[in-house]
Amino acid sequence: MLDCTPKEMKQRHGAVINPAKTCQPIGAMYAALGIHSCLPHSHGSQGCCSFHRMHLSRHFREPAMASTSSFTEGASVFGGGANLKTAIKNVFSIYNPAVMAIHTTCLTETIGDDIPSIIKSAEVPEGKLVIHANTPSYQGSHITGFSNMTKGMVAYIAETASPVKKEQANIIPGFVNPGDMREIKRIVKAMGIKFIMFPDTSGVMDAPMTGKFTMYPQGGATVAQIKDSGNSKITLALGRFASSDAADALTKKCQVPAAVLKTPIGIKATDALLLSLRRTFAQEVPAELEEERGQLVDIMTDTHFHFHGKTVAIFGDPDVVTGLTEFVLSLGMVPLHILTGTPGGAMGSAVGSFEDDINELLTQAGISANVKAGGDLFTLHQWIKNQPVDLIIGNTYGKYIARAEDIPLVRVGFPVLDRSVHSYLPVVGYRGAMRLIESISGALLERADRDAADEDFELVM
Amino acid sequence: MSETTVAISEREQFIATKGRRKNSLKCDADSIAGCVSQRACVYCGARVVLNPVTDAIHLVHGPVGCASYTWDIRGSLSSGSELYRNSFCTDLREQDIIFGGEKKLAKTIDELVAKHPAKLMFVYSTCIVGVIGDDLAAVCKAAALRNNLEVIPVESSGFIGNKSAGYRAACEALLKLIAPVDRAQAAASRTINYLGDFNLAGEAWIIRDYLAQMGVQINTVFTGDSTSATLKGAANASLNIVQCAGSMNYLAAQLQELYGIPYMQVSFLGIEDTAKSLRSIAAAMGGGAIRAKAEVLIRRETDRVLPYINKFREKFIGKKAAVYVGGGFKAISLIKQFREIGIEVVMIGTQTGRREEYDTIHELVAEGTVILDDANPAELERFMTSQGAHLLVGGVKERPLAYKLGLAFIDHNHDRKHPLSGYDGAVNFAQEVYSTLCSPVWKYTAGKGGG
Ligand code: SF4
Ligand code: SF4
Repeated sequence: MLDCTPKEMKQRHGAVINPAKTCQPIGAMYAALGIHSCLPHSHGSQGCCSFHRMHLSRHFREPAMASTSSFTEGASVFGGGANLKTAIKNVFSIYNPAVMAIHTTCLTETIGDDIPSIIKSAEVPEGKLVIHANTPSYQGSHITGFSNMTKGMVAYIAETASPVKKEQANIIPGFVNPGDMREIKRIVKAMGIKFIMFPDTSGVMDAPMTGKFTMYPQGGATVAQIKDSGNSKITLALGRFASSDAADALTKKCQVPAAVLKTPIGIKATDALLLSLRRTFAQEVPAELEEERGQLVDIMTDTHFHFHGKTVAIFGDPDVVTGLTEFVLSLGMVPLHILTGTPGGAMGSAVGSFEDDINELLTQAGISANVKAGGDLFTLHQWIKNQPVDLIIGNTYGKYIARAEDIPLVRVGFPVLDRSVHSYLPVVGYRGAMRLIESISGALLERADRDAADEDFELVM
Repeated sequence: MSETTVAISEREQFIATKGRRKNSLKCDADSIAGCVSQRACVYCGARVVLNPVTDAIHLVHGPVGCASYTWDIRGSLSSGSELYRNSFCTDLREQDIIFGGEKKLAKTIDELVAKHPAKLMFVYSTCIVGVIGDDLAAVCKAAALRNNLEVIPVESSGFIGNKSAGYRAACEALLKLIAPVDRAQAAASRTINYLGDFNLAGEAWIIRDYLAQMGVQINTVFTGDSTSATLKGAANASLNIVQCAGSMNYLAAQLQELYGIPYMQVSFLGIEDTAKSLRSIAAAMGGGAIRAKAEVLIRRETDRVLPYINKFREKFIGKKAAVYVGGGFKAISLIKQFREIGIEVVMIGTQTGRREEYDTIHELVAEGTVILDDANPAELERFMTSQGAHLLVGGVKERPLAYKLGLAFIDHNHDRKHPLSGYDGAVNFAQEVYSTLCSPVWKYTAGKGGG
């Protein structure tokens, strides 16, 4: 279907062909849905908001509520201040959220609306909160938007009550599914540690069916919790791209020290999360988690020969791709092409970069591969044409390449638009790793069955 | 739902109940700031109309999001090129916003043409391009000369209106593409253009086949499974038939004015409308043998599908439907289609319905039906519940809303996978209603939906 992709690679300057990322506001909208009783608000034209809600609805199969400033030509000439003020008034009188979380769009960024001063001059009802994040889409990606809104939560809500910190951790989970957030919470709970997770979309974007439509489902971090995050002993930022900015802001604003960890995908990154918790809170890892880890290692042993030496292409959001790369390496697979659409620090830059992180993992494993941040799927496709792989891991958009090149695809990341249940089940933690093994080995073995000649067709594999 | 039942007073004019007072619904107005609107933008409207042009490069001039949400946005099938299913974008960055995006656009066009040999490119402008003021027309013109292909700008900045302004922008773009012809020659061609079918799940092919059986040739479809070559020759037809009026009436009127091609409204949704449309096409094409063939086709097909439809009808006794779709044309045909399968529509709304369409809707529906324009989720919930609907017809954003309420749901969106046109489409429609309305799943939910 996309076999019009030519094999020959040429330097490109302008065009993005088949993007591997999308724009900031959708990330900000998703993050805002992780506050309890919060209505995200898109300051711009209706179209953006409609696209973002549609895309979230498709991935999560849940209603994604958000209001819009509904820009018209006038607003884009004279500025959106009046629209936003009306919107603030209307949102609280019609939808009555506890928090309204405003993000900008390309349009409002370009005309330069000054959101903080508009908020200051608007009528916000007593006891209600309006927060904001600037999310110009001509920078970064949806991950940047998620990060910016999470940072906005800290800036507007977090507070220090006393210089003595409480025995509790802040967990910033990053742009992962509600199922992943639930799993991270289960792990931290099992460690016996008090914690605050924000944003937390579990219970919001995986809410149960009740026969009623509720604008604000049960889940999400409450304002009180986010406020209290300023009093925690540590912030664990899971995934540098999505979470470290908010953690930094919390360090600066409330002197909460931060540790930036990988998104806990796979055994190593999950170990790192548990070790970090154990070190900070002097808690022993409970038998329950030890047992899970033991089971995971058992499964890895039972199946290692399925994976060893198999080549794979991985694409998606930087934090998730980093976790997946580390995990497939631990299974003995050979990642040949690794790509994210999110731009992330140039090679060797001090901020740290996606490419540096991945190359470090690859060097340790003695593998050289194509690695790129800020790439698109056209590039990935060209790489695969030049150097085919046994498997692709990435979001739904990978299916075009998978079909064109006849390679199995395991769907992980955002968005997954053509399968269901994924957002309920974790890929993080030891349990998540088991699930990943099941899907990866399932895909490879299905393929082996399909391709086997009659005489090689096996019952037991 | 206590938190949202307070309907905002400005919204009251957009809601009417048949029988209670005179039909005075307000429509075609801007949404109110701060509402959770279900509406889309101009660019979205333009893209959904033009995307089925299969051998064109569809280039979005703007930041990456606008392009990535519309990547392969329609289930429009192609009998040839698959180029339209890629997502091309200039991916404007901060630099471009400050210094203007014209250079990048020009470079992008050149690069894309080098990679994907094509005869036609549409360049869509997004909000930001409207604001920074790139001269799209000039860049496209120069690029076309340089690269020897047609590069057509689509003026679709999102803030200049809503989706219907986007339909108009798409029609303007198509008009630029159509090559002028000799009027007499066109009138003598005895072929028709089929406007307002986007070949979702092969729907245009169904109609093409019917017309072929009647001895009527289609010149080109707008825009389902069309190519730069067929569209270019559009003015060669002697008649235009228009299905999706919202998107294509403007183009039909323009083609009449410019090339003297008459047009008529048709609908191939439901067996009643399909038969009616086939008959009027036959009449317009001169009746006689064509009319006779049409009658044979109508009889044969009706006899074939009626038993299926009647079987479904029995299962639907006492069920009520709510409809919330993009345009008025779709809404009108859905009321009729539901009537054919014995289901009453108790709530009906659109994002962009026009005055005449709302008048027709008002005439068609039963007393007590709620009619609403540009609704938000809270209103949809309120009326679906109070009207006792068992089923909602809507788009992507309405689906989870219906399910949360425990209501059955039918997708009537751009990316649906089942053809709903013609006789087989009518059976598919009934089948789809059946599979959701009569699913055992509703036994486990708290809502009143489904069976
Ligand atoms: S204009 Fe910007 S914010 Fe809106 S959809 Fe496009 S990229 Fe996203
Ligand atoms: S920026 Fe404008 S054109 Fe793009 S999605 Fe938003 S409203 Fe539509």
